[in-house]
Amino acid sequence: MNLPDALDAATQAAQAPIPRCADGPVFSAPWEAQAFAMTLRLHEQGAFTWKEWAHTLSTVIREAQAAGDPDDGATYYTHWLTALERIIAQKRLVAHDQLETRRAALYRAARATPHGEPIRLENDPEFRA
Amino acid sequence: MSDEHHAHHHHDHDHDHGSELSPMDLRVRALESILVEKGYVDPAAIDALVEMYETRVGPRNGAQVVARTWADADFRDWLRRDASAAIASMGFEGRQGEHMVAVENTPEEHNLVVCTLCSCYPWPVLGLPPTWYKSAPYRSRAVIDPRGVLAEFGVSLPETTRIRVWDSTAEMRYLVIPMRPEGTQGWSQEKLADLVTRDAMIGTGLARDPASLASGEDAA
Repeated sequence: MNLPDALDAATQAAQAPIPRCADGPVFSAPWEAQAFAMTLRLHEQGAFTWKEWAHTLSTVIREAQAAGDPDDGATYYTHWLTALERIIAQKRLVAHDQLETRRAALYRAARATPHGEPIRLENDPEFRA
Repeated sequence: MSDEHHAHHHHDHDHDHGSELSPMDLRVRALESILVEKGYVDPAAIDALVEMYETRVGPRNGAQVVARTWADADFRDWLRRDASAAIASMGFEGRQGEHMVAVENTPEEHNLVVCTLCSCYPWPVLGLPPTWYKSAPYRSRAVIDPRGVLAEFGVSLPETTRIRVWDSTAEMRYLVIPMRPEGTQGWSQEKLADLVTRDAMIGTGLARDPASLASGEDAA
């Protein structure tokens, strides 16, 4: 992101109406709640300070805005999860590669799990305990 | 090809009946499974936290603080001196409520709270922020044009009322104490709390009109 992009995004935001739809539930999907709660637990265990967290989250939001995200609040937890993945990589808790590998395994496990049954990592055909 | 045959094939086209995870589910589950394996998070603790924020932490807490501030002069003094301690004494403490400042509306000055960078918000008293609080238009315009923002929320203040905007940070959270409506002398704190809306405690609203309680009108 460069400065003109950021300014441009900020100008657009300044002109858009504030999205005031009716208040929905606190979380609109389970993954939002899980990403939120994991962040709190990691913070409470001293994995990062809340100041570091707020800095990472605001950086991710700024980057997304500059890249064309409407940033109307609906994508907020997407930014939250991106920030969580970033801060734990920075803190060397979970490496990016490790996440990628696990996602691929879970994807295969899901494909191999009959619809309606719980998706377990062991269902991955390439799973090795 | 018979219709029956066709229908069967349609269902079977990719040769499996597997499940699918959305991209976001996949990312969260991958992360959670690794964190659980490493012992950084406990699934039961995660569930308990979610349940707490979905059901128990919300603006009813803040409304009780405001009602007590209106009704109890000693509490008001304490809130002015040390809002974090005064609020914690009511059992509303913990995450993101460690450094609270209460800002009181007067006929001369109206307070409006924003977090321009992300979404810092006093969780113990207000719960998690509404979508609009997290949106770029609110975050930028609350600072540039607070009067215009208030108008969008249906609030118009006298020209002589100054609007003071407070930018929350990771260290400092604000709770707006709206003005106590006229005609509420002698009301119980419980009844007063019904006049206090979430928006009134952010500053994008005012306390409800006492007459609206009788008519059963609802407000955000």
